[in-house]
Amino acid sequence: MPEFTARLVPGRDIIMKQVFTKEEYAEHVKRASPNSKIFINIIKAFIVGGLICDIGQFIINMLKARGLDSEVVSNITSIIMIFLGALLTALNIYNVIGKFAGAGSIVPITGFANSVVSPAIEFKTEGYVMGLGAKMFVIAGPVIVFGVCSAMIAGVIHYFITYVP
Amino acid sequence: MSYLSAFLVGGIICAIGQILIDKTKLTSARILVVYVVSGVILAAFGVYQKIIDIGGAGATIPLTGFGFNLAKGIFNEVDRIGILGIFTGGFKAASAGLSAAVFFGYIMAALGKPKAKK
Repeated sequence: MPEFTARLVPGRDIIMKQVFTKEEYAEHVKRASPNSKIFINIIKAFIVGGLICDIGQFIINMLKARGLDSEVVSNITSIIMIFLGALLTALNIYNVIGKFAGAGSIVPITGFANSVVSPAIEFKTEGYVMGLGAKMFVIAGPVIVFGVCSAMIAGVIHYFITYVP
Repeated sequence: MSYLSAFLVGGIICAIGQILIDKTKLTSARILVVYVVSGVILAAFGVYQKIIDIGGAGATIPLTGFGFNLAKGIFNEVDRIGILGIFTGGFKAASAGLSAAVFFGYIMAALGKPKAKK
């Protein structure tokens, strides 16, 4: 924090040191540094997110090379990616990736699988029905609710625009 | 070549999510909801199909692709069977992903061990 010390008048230096508590210093550091930290986070998210999408692209290319049609390809790709996300979460690997990557691991479909498995594991002690079965949808539930509802509203609009004169 | 475009498009979509997390303090659950709804809206305006044409898996793997899938499924079914398609199309299109998430999610959660430390 060079700009802070530079502004100090030599005589007031001691007074400032007393007034400047630990909390205020932490606050000051926080205010001075977030931009570079956010920039690094964004780069991490970009790289990991991009790599996860490339894994998906690899699966798509493999399946397309076998001559499958595009609907089958996209279905199998989501199944494999969700399987991988769930497996890596159960092995505690995905959470490690998540600590590094932030949104890079949350936004891809593997992150959706992670959001299903992760809370379910934590609430396992509450049983296999109300623990596992219910807590799977703590995060995935809202995602499905908002996704389905907004898509249905879009569908109604589509219907009225296209088919009602 | 498809790998470069998938990396760039997927990376940008994830980077936008990171900006939202850092700048708005949205929790990851809210980010996912925002992404699904954004996917639906962009699909409705025909924008997301263009992003998929460029980015391939870079656009279908992020959760916006799930929203796109739901909306596209409903639109296709509405075109095919009329207004009932609003109710049937979404889950039909997303069936593979949802079934996989429910089934593998439960199995893996049953097999996994809770973390020792918080």
